[in-house]
Amino acid sequence: MRRQYDSPIVLLGARLLSPYIMLFGWYVIIHGHYSPGGGFQGGALLAASVLLIRVAGGKRVSRLQIAEFATTPLAVVGVVIYFATGLVAMAMGGYFLDYEMLPFPGDMEASMLRYYGILIIEVGIGLAVMAILIMIYDNMVRGEDYA
Amino acid sequence: MKALKILVLVLFAAVLIYASSGLPNRGDADNLMHADRSVINTTVKGSYFIKNAYRDAATPNMVTVVLGDYRSIDTFGEQVVIYTAGLITLLVLRRTRRLKKEIKS
Repeated sequence: MRRQYDSPIVLLGARLLSPYIMLFGWYVIIHGHYSPGGGFQGGALLAASVLLIRVAGGKRVSRLQIAEFATTPLAVVGVVIYFATGLVAMAMGGYFLDYEMLPFPGDMEASMLRYYGILIIEVGIGLAVMAILIMIYDNMVRGEDYA
Repeated sequence: MKALKILVLVLFAAVLIYASSGLPNRGDADNLMHADRSVINTTVKGSYFIKNAYRDAATPNMVTVVLGDYRSIDTFGEQVVIYTAGLITLLVLRRTRRLKKEIKS
């Protein structure tokens, strides 16, 4: 069994880098309408920023950021955001995932409704991918019985 | 034996480089895959996406429109696949319950 040592230098470097990776992840998700990117890529970046703290700081520090029990509900929330968008569109009289029927307040064009519909599902994908990558890491660490 | 391996690799690289010379230029409008009708004279679905992506969803990035709007059910399936993979790791890798039982017995 390997033993883990606290390294303040590694933790400081990870703390310095992690917020910028997380910000870039949200940028990739939200700016996916105009540049390469989207939910899957941005979710992977968000997971990278969280996992950096987990690898550098160990269990005690990472519990402060996203607790281990919170990852599974977050993944479910991500999937449910996507599915609920489709169901709401269907309940308002359209097809499944037909964003033109989404009940947004105000008088909006169909193209802008589709724009915001795509944005909502990208955020859902990003949340689910982030939570599941963290969940896989946590379960692997738990299975190995160290760290 | 090692010389044979290197020979096979070099030959394969030569074949690939020769084949890449026959690829169409990037962004060529007269390209076959950008044409309105295919070789067997059926409509190409991609040309519809290219023409109407911005009009339908007001989004400059065509790939996002195809991924999130025209093919959104496929993307939902991808998300469910990732979600299932995460749940399977929860079942396979996490062994705390079995350890507790062994301690009790």
